[in-house]
Amino acid sequence: MSMLHGVILLPFVAAAIVPLFYKLFRRIHTGWFVLPVPLLAFVYFILSMPTIREGEAIQSTVSWIPSLGVDITAYLDGLGLLFSLLITGIGTLVVIYSIYYLSKEKEAIHRFYMYLLLFMGAMLGVVLSDNLIVLYGFWELTSLSSFLLIAFWYNRDHSRYGALKSMLITVFGGFAMLTGFILLYTMTGTFSIREIIDLAPTLPGQDMFVPAMILVLLGAFTKSAQFPFHIWLPDAMEAPTPVSAYLHSATMVKAGLYVVARFSAIFAGDALWFWIVSLTGLVTLLWGSYTAVRHTDLKAILAYSTISQLGLIMCLFGLGSASFYTGGADIALYTAAIMTAVFHLINHATFKGALFMVVGIVDHETGTRDIRKLGGLMAFMPVTFTFALIGTLSMAGLPPFNGFLSKEMFFTALLSVAEMDFFSVQSWSILFPVVAWVASVFTFIYSLIILLKTFTGRFPKEELGEPPHEASLGLLIPPGILALLVIVFGLFPNLLTHSLIEPAMQAILPTLDNVEAKHISMWHGFVPELWMTIGVAVAGILLYLTLKRWQRLYSYFPGSLSFSRVYDFLLKGSQRFSRIITDTYMTGSLRHYMIYIFVFLVLVGGYFLTRINPFERHGEVVFAEVSIYEVILTIVLLIAAIAVPLAKSRMAAIVLVGAVGYMVTLFFIIFRAPDLALTQMIVETVSVALFLLCFYHLPKLQKEKSSRGMRIFKLIVSGSVGLLVTLIALAVSNHQMFDSISNYFVEESYRSAGGKNIVNVILVDFRGFDTFLEIMVLGAASLAIYALIKVRDRTPHERKEER
Amino acid sequence: MEILMSVTTGVLFMIGTYMILSRNLLRIILGTSLLTHGVHLLLLTMSRLKTGVAPIWSEDIGAYVDPLPQALILTSIVINFGVTAFFFVLAYRAYQENKTDDMEQLRGGDDE
Repeated sequence: MSMLHGVILLPFVAAAIVPLFYKLFRRIHTGWFVLPVPLLAFVYFILSMPTIREGEAIQSTVSWIPSLGVDITAYLDGLGLLFSLLITGIGTLVVIYSIYYLSKEKEAIHRFYMYLLLFMGAMLGVVLSDNLIVLYGFWELTSLSSFLLIAFWYNRDHSRYGALKSMLITVFGGFAMLTGFILLYTMTGTFSIREIIDLAPTLPGQDMFVPAMILVLLGAFTKSAQFPFHIWLPDAMEAPTPVSAYLHSATMVKAGLYVVARFSAIFAGDALWFWIVSLTGLVTLLWGSYTAVRHTDLKAILAYSTISQLGLIMCLFGLGSASFYTGGADIALYTAAIMTAVFHLINHATFKGALFMVVGIVDHETGTRDIRKLGGLMAFMPVTFTFALIGTLSMAGLPPFNGFLSKEMFFTALLSVAEMDFFSVQSWSILFPVVAWVASVFTFIYSLIILLKTFTGRFPKEELGEPPHEASLGLLIPPGILALLVIVFGLFPNLLTHSLIEPAMQAILPTLDNVEAKHISMWHGFVPELWMTIGVAVAGILLYLTLKRWQRLYSYFPGSLSFSRVYDFLLKGSQRFSRIITDTYMTGSLRHYMIYIFVFLVLVGGYFLTRINPFERHGEVVFAEVSIYEVILTIVLLIAAIAVPLAKSRMAAIVLVGAVGYMVTLFFIIFRAPDLALTQMIVETVSVALFLLCFYHLPKLQKEKSSRGMRIFKLIVSGSVGLLVTLIALAVSNHQMFDSISNYFVEESYRSAGGKNIVNVILVDFRGFDTFLEIMVLGAASLAIYALIKVRDRTPHERKEER
Repeated sequence: MEILMSVTTGVLFMIGTYMILSRNLLRIILGTSLLTHGVHLLLLTMSRLKTGVAPIWSEDIGAYVDPLPQALILTSIVINFGVTAFFFVLAYRAYQENKTDDMEQLRGGDDE
């Protein structure tokens, strides 16, 4: 137990006691009690920055399940610190924002803060865990708390739909990731990430290396909303806006990026990893930015924008993985991609968080998020407009904001692909910068849409009524701080390079030496990247002005083909499919179930019979001789038995079954079992008497009204059961493997137990327990019969009348 | 004798199975009765038949038939009797409540 464990535990403890504060102090917004938690954690992580900067890592272990190698190891290095600062820093701002956003009278805010704290703790656990199983546990906890937060307004259909969708997709990925972790464990014998990294050179070429890689990536891609698993993110926008800002832009969706970065040292260096990660990122980048333009809901635009930006970062991690392959001299070329990824990760968290908060303010003040209904808010909400301006221009990649810097570095990294002479990249090298440039143009367009359609133009008074006024100070402070950071990181990016980015890079690339962050500068001459940015701006503005003319492009890809429809189809289809399957065989008819059982019995028994010859004799087998009496007896028994199903009246059937019973009694006499004969006769007599006693109350035996085919089928089934039993009986009779243990009973019956009737001695002395429990069975049966007859509930008919 | 008994038990099993696959509840109960008889004869047959005298101990007798299967069958007879009696009363009550003994109609209610 260390300070670090305490920081992870703190939100969980707070989540447990938040409802108490909610109950005790109704007049103070519960958020104020929550605020110190992320703040304290943030201060802790700020204070640990110098240690991490020195290249050291803070770690401590608490033993959990030592026999399985599962220990709670908290491990703080550059990468963990970067994410922890994001989680706690933006967490603090989101808590402040939510205090002003959520009404303490109208909303169940104690639940909100419980879930939020649960999420915060889980997220810290994900980024600070060194043990794969603990990491997975926290990972699922983030899915779970995200599910709870999306469905915070659970009486809305859309919220529940979105929550279910995100749950199914992220948990699907989570399971895949767990499988990947287990494969890693079987390859290395340890759950510790650092120990696996030490063993990483031995992994490539092993059978399970590629499956493990793909499964882990599946987890990362579903969580980070990569193509085609991005569909849950837009629907998750049904959550309250602070949740969207926190989970679905800054933290949870970056958990997948964290996993990709963390596992780079294990899997990267392989061509497959490079291609999967960078191409998925590239496709997501393009698809997200392309789709964002078609939407009219501000949060949906931001959701697709988040998807696209996550794809950008993912693509950079993929390109950066080449540095593991090259090592040596031109390593700096590809570590630059990692640096860009880390830098853009920070930048995206700042401007996207601010933009979500701005959208929340607009929604809060006007009551709508639809850009078709909004317009001209600039005059009424100047401060909000300023933040939106900073956020969108940074997202679009314009100077002097931080988005400009990371976009320039992104282009640099993409252009460096052209210099790759491995992984058979050559012919594809032009693809990367071209696709990224197109995606940037779309990014530019939707950034302009968000800014201009909301804040400029004419204010639609007839739709919105009274003009809104500026939001309260509390709502403005958190986006204000984020917007400030956007400018500060834009103007002084090197504040970050050595304090945060370089340790993070060293953590992502732990096996490489000389990993250094470059100096970032706003102006670096007339390089191709600058021309690309200017091209993006020009093309973006032109396309924005002609938006109406080419928007028809979107109708060529109809909604029915979208990936959400595929998800719906799969979900509904699997439900319908399982329904059909179940309805087919679960008919509710007892006869069908009995047929399944008998057919299965015949198949399994028949299969085992084919492996032996039931007619072959083993051991000393002496059959008893057959006398004429027994033959007659057998014939009578068989005639009585065969007559039972043919009997027309119930009386005849009962008597025939009784006759079979008495024949069996006679057999017992022949086979020298006096006690059996006695019992069988009494039981048979009582049974028949009982049958006849209830005879009066039972309905007439009706003729079986079944089709000819059904009768033949029944005959085949019962015939094969009979044949099977006969063959088994023969096989057993033909085997004499060893002597019976009954010699002991015979010898000891009189000597030890003092009884001459050996069967009775066995029943009450040697195996008295059987008899004891058999008495219990009789007792239970008689009690049950008594209850059945005496205890009367109302009949279904009466029950229906009562309703 | 064992071969003859094997065939007999087989026939009893066949008829028992056939009856259990009926629609009529009474037939099903009778089917289980026949099945039980088959099982008892099978148990007895498999321990070899007529290998000595009845298992009543006496000073001067050497060979007895196997007493253990007899003890098992005796237990089984009693248990089977209890179950059959219960089953029978259950059928009687089911008929009283539902006014039918057709298994095609006894398929469970809508609220299940």
